Amino acid sequence: MNTSATLQAERQVTLSLLAKAPQARVPELLDAAFERPAFTWLRTPEIGSVMVRGRAGGTGAPFNLGEMTITRCTLRLATGEVGHAYVQGRRKADAEASAIIDALMQTDKADLARTAVLGPLQAEMAKTCEKRAAKAAATKVDFFTLVRGED
Amino acid sequence: MQAYGSGDTLSGGFTNPPIDAAYAFRSIMQAMAQPGSIHILFGATPPAPLSVAAGTAILTMCDTDTPIYLAGKFDCLDVRNWITFHTGAPITHAANCTFAIGCWAELLPVTAYPIGTSEYPDRSATLIVETDNLCQSGFTLKGPGIRETAMLSLPNIEIIKANHALFPLGLDFLFTCQVNVAALPRSIEVSLSANAEIH
Repeated sequence: MNTSATLQAERQVTLSLLAKAPQARVPELLDAAFERPAFTWLRTPEIGSVMVRGRAGGTGAPFNLGEMTITRCTLRLATGEVGHAYVQGRRKADAEASAIIDALMQTDKADLARTAVLGPLQAEMAKTCEKRAAKAAATKVDFFTLVRGED
Repeated sequence: MQAYGSGDTLSGGFTNPPIDAAYAFRSIMQAMAQPGSIHILFGATPPAPLSVAAGTAILTMCDTDTPIYLAGKFDCLDVRNWITFHTGAPITHAANCTFAIGCWAELLPVTAYPIGTSEYPDRSATLIVETDNLCQSGFTLKGPGIRETAMLSLPNIEIIKANHALFPLGLDFLFTCQVNVAALPRSIEVSLSANAEIH
């Protein structure tokens, strides 16, 4: 039970990373590391929208933030593993590559996928995030009071 | 990983969803518009025990807003996974469903299903009845969409008559057999024909 929960948690992290990856980056990393395995479509890439929900401060009542476009697909490798992908935007090629990686993560190629695709992706995205945070931090204004003038 | 489906149970959806669904919808609409007529309904290859026609009807008409009730042997993991993957429809109990799937004996009693309200007669269930044999003989049908009379093999006349008496409330039926479908809306009056065979 515990291993299945761990597997699911890891899969969630993987899918989240693939869903938010910059455009065309996932197919690029995939093709650099792997020869694409043979697969059949269970659901060909299709474009639709999902409602994004939010909570103020992460704890408030959930509200509908707005709709966003997503591309989703599902495929099955010749060896039987099923891969799902839900990625942001209209990006069928990205969805296909993401689903292949999700499926490969269930095979003995999981370690290679982790080091060659997911690792670099995570590092790049962390860097982008840091850069943006630094840029924002530079514009931050600190207000402090020298004298309150109450005397 | 069984919870995600074995993979085999996930295949068998429409190969070209917009086109296949349009053809399937046309078949179902024709069947409903001309009760008693039998139409071909295919495109999906659902897991057993679902027939091709029933599976195609589900893919065409069900989505996240249509709760489905699976009766008897149809309530198995393969069918549940297949429906969830392809339509996202929630699986529910009889009193709350908009579509029910099963063979006649397992779907009974029909009083278990929502028949709509006077303000909203459309909030009723549609029963997809799997049959072993579907042919244009047996009982006589009369009503909207039928020029004079039509014939259709039906599992039980008393229940269908009682359902018609509820009009404008009541249930609608789709009878499926392999790749064939016929419909019996609540507006149709059913009677025993002279050479009726009792099922």
